[in-house]
Amino acid sequence: MNKRIPIISILVAIVGLVLYNCSSNQTPQGGALGGDDAASSVYVKPGDHDEFYGIVSGGFSGQLSVYGIPSGRLLKVIPVFSVDAEKAYGFNEETKPMLETSHGFIPWDDAHHPELSQTDGGPDGRWVFINGNNTPRVARIDLSTFETAEIIEIPNSGGNHSSPFTTENTEYVVAGTRFSVPFPQQDVPIESYKENFKGALTFIKVDPEHGHMEVAFQIYVPGFDYDLAHAGKGKSHGWMFFSTYNAEQSHTLKEVNASQFDKDFIAAVNWKKAEEYLAQGKFKEMPTEYVHNVYDEKTHSATSEKIKTVKVLHPDECPGLIYYLPTPKSPHGVDVDPTGEYIVGNGKLSADMSVHSFDKMIKAIENEAFEKEIDGIPVLKYEEVLAGIVKEGGLGPLHTEFDGKGNAYTTFFISSEVVKWKLGTWEVLDRVPCYYSVGHLMIPGGDSRKPWGKYMVAMNKITKDRYLPTGPEMNHSAQLYDISGDKMKLILDFPTIGEPHYAQGIHADLVKSKSKKIYKLDENEHPHAVKSEKETKVVRDGNVVRVYATTIRSHFAPDNIEGIKEGDKVYFHITNLEQDWDVPHGFSVLGANNSELLIMPGQTETLLWEPKKQGVYPFYCTDFCSALHQEMQGYIRVSGKDSNVPLKWSVGEQPVQ
Amino acid sequence: MKSYLPRILMWIASLSLLVLFLFPIWKITLKAPQYPDGISMYIWINQITGDSEYTLQNINILNHYVGMKYIEPDSIPELTYFPYIIIGLCLLGLALSFFKNNRFYLVYSLILIMVCVLGLYDFYLWEYDYGHDLSDKAPIKVPGMAYQPPLFGSKMLLNFEAISYPHTGALFMGISIVLSFLSFFIGKKRKAPKAFA
Ligand SMILES: [Cu+2]
Repeated sequence: MNKRIPIISILVAIVGLVLYNCSSNQTPQGGALGGDDAASSVYVKPGDHDEFYGIVSGGFSGQLSVYGIPSGRLLKVIPVFSVDAEKAYGFNEETKPMLETSHGFIPWDDAHHPELSQTDGGPDGRWVFINGNNTPRVARIDLSTFETAEIIEIPNSGGNHSSPFTTENTEYVVAGTRFSVPFPQQDVPIESYKENFKGALTFIKVDPEHGHMEVAFQIYVPGFDYDLAHAGKGKSHGWMFFSTYNAEQSHTLKEVNASQFDKDFIAAVNWKKAEEYLAQGKFKEMPTEYVHNVYDEKTHSATSEKIKTVKVLHPDECPGLIYYLPTPKSPHGVDVDPTGEYIVGNGKLSADMSVHSFDKMIKAIENEAFEKEIDGIPVLKYEEVLAGIVKEGGLGPLHTEFDGKGNAYTTFFISSEVVKWKLGTWEVLDRVPCYYSVGHLMIPGGDSRKPWGKYMVAMNKITKDRYLPTGPEMNHSAQLYDISGDKMKLILDFPTIGEPHYAQGIHADLVKSKSKKIYKLDENEHPHAVKSEKETKVVRDGNVVRVYATTIRSHFAPDNIEGIKEGDKVYFHITNLEQDWDVPHGFSVLGANNSELLIMPGQTETLLWEPKKQGVYPFYCTDFCSALHQEMQGYIRVSGKDSNVPLKWSVGEQPVQ
Repeated sequence: MKSYLPRILMWIASLSLLVLFLFPIWKITLKAPQYPDGISMYIWINQITGDSEYTLQNINILNHYVGMKYIEPDSIPELTYFPYIIIGLCLLGLALSFFKNNRFYLVYSLILIMVCVLGLYDFYLWEYDYGHDLSDKAPIKVPGMAYQPPLFGSKMLLNFEAISYPHTGALFMGISIVLSFLSFFIGKKRKAPKAFA
C-alpha cells in the first residue's frame, strides 16, 4: 500500500519532464493553436456584449470577479469576504456588519466556489452564492446589483470547502467541513482526533423570494475531510453528494497519512428524508454561536445578528439519511451529470475515475448491499454502485463538468490537461493541454441540468511564462476552449484575479435585463439620508458630529464646515442625489484612517473621520463625475478641544438652511 | 347617407383633438456619445415628461453647466390653460357640425391652423428663452453660443445633438385640420351640382 506514494512521485516527475521538454521545444505553447480562426471566435466587437457572464471566484483575494465570455473582458470585481477600500466595503459604517463573525470583525477570507441559484435545475440569474473557506461562511450576491447581499457563518465547521452547492430549485445550499473539528468546539488534545473531531454537513435553507439564508440543520458525521459536493438532479433530486478524503481520520502529516486507504467515500445525503426527521422532531438543538449578516438595499445598510442554537441530526438515530459510496484515491470533485444518473468521483491520486450510478445506488440501498457501517452510516458495496470506470483519462483528476450532449470534461491537475469523455461508454474522446496545472473548469450551466455546451474555461494554478512577467507574483491564468465541435479548441488565454477556484457561467440574457442602473432616491430608507440640499445639516451630540451631506454634479452640500474639534468623531453621511445611470460620486477627506466612499446614484454611505490635529482639511470627490469634477471639493475646519468656534455649514457663500 | 359624411368627418376632426391628452405633441432628443440611448423630453398639451421619471432632473443638471434655467413644468402657464383651449375647440367643432353650413367647417379649420401657428410660436419663444437667458455665473461660457434647440430638425449644441420633431399628438392635430377642411370641401362640392339644377 505504501508503495503508491513513490510511484506517484515518479509519475509526477515524468510528467514534469515531458512538460519541460514540450515547453523548451515549441514556444510559446498554445500560441500556434490560436490564429485568425480563434481570434474571430472570441472577438466581441467594441460596444457589443458578450454572450455569457463568467463569474469567477477570487480564491485568496476573497472576492468574486465577473468576466464576459468569450471575450475575457473583466467586467467587475465584487468584494465579498475581503475589505475593499475602493468601494469602502468593510470600511464604511454600512458594510462593516457584513464582515462580523462570532470571532469579531474579519477583513478577509478565502472564497472558493461560486454557485448560481437555480430554478428547475438550470441557473436562473437571481443570485450567486460563494463559500468562505477559512472562517466558515456562505455569502449571497444579488445579480441585480452585483453586490454582496448576505453572509451567514457556519457553526461547528472548519474549512468550509464543500460549499455552497445548490439543489435544483435552490431549496438549499450546503456547507460541508473540510477540516473536521471538535463538535461542539472544546479544548481537547489534538491526538484525540478520532474520538472528538467530527464533521458537520450543513444545509442552508434559501428563502425563495428574497434569497435569505438560514441554517436549517446540520448532520453530525465522522471526522473525515468533506471536500466538495454537488446536488442530485432530475431523478436524483432530493440527494446531495459530498466527496471525502482522510477516511483514515489522521490529524498530522495528512499528505501521507490521509492517503493510506485505497478508497475514501462519497457521502450521499437524502435531504428529503432529513426534512422528514426534522418534522418528526428527531433533531438535537445544540447551543452554538454564529452570525448572520444581511444588507438591506433600501436602508443601504447591513445588520448583523447572533444566533445561538443549531438543529443537529445524528445518522445513527436517522436511518436512511446518509450512505457512503466507496470511491478510490481521495476523491476531490464529485460531479453529477445533467440526467442525475451518474455521480463522478474524481480520485485525485489516480489515473482512473470511478463513476457511480444513482439507480444502482438506490437498488443497493433497497437490497441492503452494505459492506459495513461507520458510526451508523451504511457503506454500500463498491461493485454494487459502480457504473463504470474512465480508464487512464490522465493523471490526477479533479473536477468534471458536462456539455448536455452526453459528454463529460475532466481536469487533470498532474498531467495539466482537460479530457473529454463519453458518459456511459467511458471512452476518452479528446484531450487538450492547459497552461499550467488546471484546477477547476467551467462550462456555462455545466454543473446544472441545463448546460450551454459551447465554451469551457480551464482555471489554472500555475502561470509561469504565459504573460509578460510581473516579478515573482503573477496573476493566475485561465484558458477558454470552444467545445461546440468534436474537438476542443483553445481560443483565448486570460489572467484572473486572486486564485480562481471554481466559476459559474450563465447566458447574459438571464441577467442583463435585470441589472439595476440606479437606486431610487425615493426608496432610500437610510436613517441618515437627506433627499435634497435643503435638508443638509451638521449636528453635534457630545463629541459625535454627524454631517448630513449631499452630492450632485458638481458640488457637495455643505462644502464648508466649521466647528469641529480635535477628538470629535465625525460621521459623514453622504447621499448621492443623482438619478442618472453611471454617475457615482466619491468622497475622501485628508487624514481619514479608513478609505474613500464611492456612492452610487440614490445611495447613502457613511465615513467615520477622527481628526487628530487642528487645521483646515480639504475633502473632495474621487470619481471623475463631470466636467467640473475637479471643482467638486470642500473644506472642514478643525479647532482645539476647548475652542468655541460655532458649528457652521454652507455651500455657495450662504448657509444651506 | 352620403349627406352625413361632412358631419361625420367634423366629429372625427373634433374628437381627434382629444388624442392630444394621450400622446405628446413634440419630442426633443439630446444625443451624445456618453448617452448611448439618448435623452428624450416629451412636450404634451399639459405636461413635460422624459424617458424616465428622472429625465428632467438629468437634463437640468446638464443644462446648469452652461447656465440655463431649470425646466420646471410648474412655471409654464401654457401647460395649465392649453388643455382648456383644446377641450373648447373640440366642443366647438362638435357644435359646428350640427350646422348645415359648410362654411363653418372652413372657419373651424382656419381656427385650428391659427391655434397651431400660435402654439408653435409660443413653443419657439420658450425655447428661445431657455436657450438665451443664461446665468452670467455659468461654469461653462462659450462666447456667442446660445442653446436654443431647433423647432424642427437637428442642431449641434456643444457636445449634444438636439433633435426636435413633432410627435403623435401633433399628427392628430394635423388630422383634425385636414378632416375639417375636407368636410368643408365635400359639402361645397355637393352643393355645386344642386345650384345647377
Ligand atoms: Cu463628483
